Amino acid sequence: MKINKFVIGGMLILGAVVFLIWSATASTSEYFLTIDELNAKGSSIVDKNLRVSGAVIGDTIQYDAESLTLTFEVAHVSGDNAQLETEGGLAEALHQAVLDPSRSRMTVVYVGPMPDLLRHEAQAIVTGHIDAEGIFHADELLLKCPTKYEEAVPEQAG
Amino acid sequence: MIADFGFGVLVVSFLVTLYSVFAAIYGEVKKSAAMVESARRAMLLTWPLLTLTAGTLIYLLVNNHYEVQFVYEVTSRSMPTYLKVTAWWGGQAGSLLFWSWLMSAFASLVTLRNWDRDREFLPWVIVVACVTMAFFIGMNVFFENPFAQLYQTFDGINPFTFQPADSILFTPQDGRGLNPLLRHPGMVIHPPMLYLGFVSFVIPYAFAMAALITGRTDDRWIRITRRWTLWAWLFLTFGLVLGGRWAYDVLGWGGYWGWDPVEIAAFMPWLTGTAFLHSVMIQEKRGMMKHWNMLLIILTYDLVIFGTFLTRSGVLSSVHAFAQSAIGPLFFGFIGITLITSVALIIYRWAALKSETEMTSMLSREALFLLNNLLFMSILVVCFWGVIYPLISELFTGEKVTVGPPFYERATGPLWAALLFLMGIAPLSAWGHSTVKTLGRALWKPVVVAIAITIAIYVYFTNNIYALIGFFLVALVLLVTIYEYWRGAYARQRSQGENIFVAFWNLTGRNRRRYGGYIIHLSIMLMAIGILGIELFQKETQGTVTAGDSIDIAGYTVTYREVASWDDTPKGVNYTRAVVDVYQNGIYLGELHPRKDFYFDSQQNMTIPGNRSTMKDDLYVLLVDWQPISADGATLKIYVNPLVNWLWMGSLLFIIGITIAAWPDKDPEHVTVRADRQLKQTSAAD
Repeated sequence: MKINKFVIGGMLILGAVVFLIWSATASTSEYFLTIDELNAKGSSIVDKNLRVSGAVIGDTIQYDAESLTLTFEVAHVSGDNAQLETEGGLAEALHQAVLDPSRSRMTVVYVGPMPDLLRHEAQAIVTGHIDAEGIFHADELLLKCPTKYEEAVPEQAG
Repeated sequence: MIADFGFGVLVVSFLVTLYSVFAAIYGEVKKSAAMVESARRAMLLTWPLLTLTAGTLIYLLVNNHYEVQFVYEVTSRSMPTYLKVTAWWGGQAGSLLFWSWLMSAFASLVTLRNWDRDREFLPWVIVVACVTMAFFIGMNVFFENPFAQLYQTFDGINPFTFQPADSILFTPQDGRGLNPLLRHPGMVIHPPMLYLGFVSFVIPYAFAMAALITGRTDDRWIRITRRWTLWAWLFLTFGLVLGGRWAYDVLGWGGYWGWDPVEIAAFMPWLTGTAFLHSVMIQEKRGMMKHWNMLLIILTYDLVIFGTFLTRSGVLSSVHAFAQSAIGPLFFGFIGITLITSVALIIYRWAALKSETEMTSMLSREALFLLNNLLFMSILVVCFWGVIYPLISELFTGEKVTVGPPFYERATGPLWAALLFLMGIAPLSAWGHSTVKTLGRALWKPVVVAIAITIAIYVYFTNNIYALIGFFLVALVLLVTIYEYWRGAYARQRSQGENIFVAFWNLTGRNRRRYGGYIIHLSIMLMAIGILGIELFQKETQGTVTAGDSIDIAGYTVTYREVASWDDTPKGVNYTRAVVDVYQNGIYLGELHPRKDFYFDSQQNMTIPGNRSTMKDDLYVLLVDWQPISADGATLKIYVNPLVNWLWMGSLLFIIGITIAAWPDKDPEHVTVRADRQLKQTSAAD
């Protein structure tokens, strides 16, 4: 009997935790997609929670300070680490992505302060949803600039 | 030349740690005290050796030796000297070396303790400490050499440890410079604190393993490492808080914690460590949960290694993960091997770790401690699930699905609430046996007062249900804790005839662990008030204004005056600074200066908020944009973060609390024994 009540208590806690994780996962999870994968899905993912990564194209960055509306385009980069390695690492892959006009691109709209890390060839990881016109409305913008932290030395560093 | 010297010393320290491992095992197997002593001395030698290595690296950093790849990557001529020194841990190779150096300092400290009563532990503590060190130093030697130099060959310029044939040394004019985001006092001390916390958890783990291997599985290892664990916990907590403060000051999004995978990686050992701190008390007092404690310290150790790896590897996308390298598989291999070996040892000693007493009452102190542990582990599971979920979903559905901050908030929220509730009732329950009746008698008064406070909050401030639940729990814990404290002091005042303040002082001094613990609980409540405030009541607004225009938010009026821009050439920065006047209900409060700094070397902006901080709320103003030609208009983003200062105040009190709990006794051995005896006499009454 003594053992039982602890076992039952333990099961209850376990059940509660599983429920918490399951319900939170079900209601908050986001598809993490590359731009090619996003295009392949077509209209089935309109208004779903999405997270998309791509390479920022510097020339397309526009910021309207009145409305704090930021618009920019991102180019497709692979989501596969092994693939990125064969392209010469993330920095190089991002560089290639923005140079290559045949890569699929996506327009991102974000309302908020201009992020400090937003720049040409940064990796943008945007969270939000896509509308029927294919414009991505980001609620959250995560930027990563591999070039700035650690990278191979450029040919003419000096 | 200097770089070669540094690398040479690094290799020597690697060999010394290996020697130490083998000498310790050999000495133990052959029963040679001389060999064990030799291993101990070798371990003692690692600290001076690594200090020399680190000193060499710092010399290179400070003196602009850009032919060294690491120096080139993390420093530039425009950086002040103190930042050049701290750039040591600004990149992957350096931070691995920093880890090893701290580890060697702790290893040396532990060898200097009095080992008379614990001779049998010594060789195995050496083995664990030195294997860990050898792993990290090996990473530097073989994969991430901080002393690699740039050589020009036919294939271009690349870093090499040894000069390749037909090459010339290449010295860039200037370095790339440390990322400006990392040039902040919080960031200068945040990694060392976190690493100190990480590293000091290795010591309790080493003793746990020594206890398992030697079969001396009583609570001796826990008593020896109690203070190590507390210090480890202090550093880790402080490191996490500093990281939050840095994000608040520098990242310019009005927050302090983003459930970023790297933050979670540092948070996970904190969770197991906190569970461990609580559950060792059950083992000390009741001789239970021995398997569990072993498991917790093993998990903590491996999560520390995992955390070090995640923060420095770039496997996950995040603001922090600023490096990529091939060391991942090695880290996972090391974690796998240590985990399997340690768990195998627990299984081997399973019978010896059996509990001395059985748990009988659901409401006894030990049962509530167990529940506390389960809750911490549940939060750990939530965090772990969140981090690995993308991998799992990809494996089973072929699609990468991730979870973000809302997931963690939803899943851990009720668990945090349950932990707060436990914090309220556990101090009132008795060891061994406790019933609803005894607990209810102790609890009803604080509950009634807490409900009254909650109703007052409802009437005067908010009807947000989460806030009300949160504030009720906070009030309950505060009342119970203060009441317990007061009761102890009052009893002392009566029995010893002391003044109440003296009684408080002596009470804390005589029972540091318990009352230090209560102070920690109080500090957590202050932090909880801050978190509830900013999470549930943060307000934000934005607007573009010309000189003289105002923006109103939450009773504040922010009036824009001017913006100015200038270069600081020696520092390589352009500053743009706005001046705004702040009024509250028509009363002038002062100026704020939100800034945007532009660093030329890294071509990066940094947004520095203008922040007016009070215990009631923070007014946090960001300069988003400005009109450069006429310089008379600007776009501001403004946050009002209620109560957030309580979070920082709470963390200061937290540090005081741990310091009290961990403060060394005059004669630890003696006091421990005496406390044991007292405990046996009073355990029924406690």
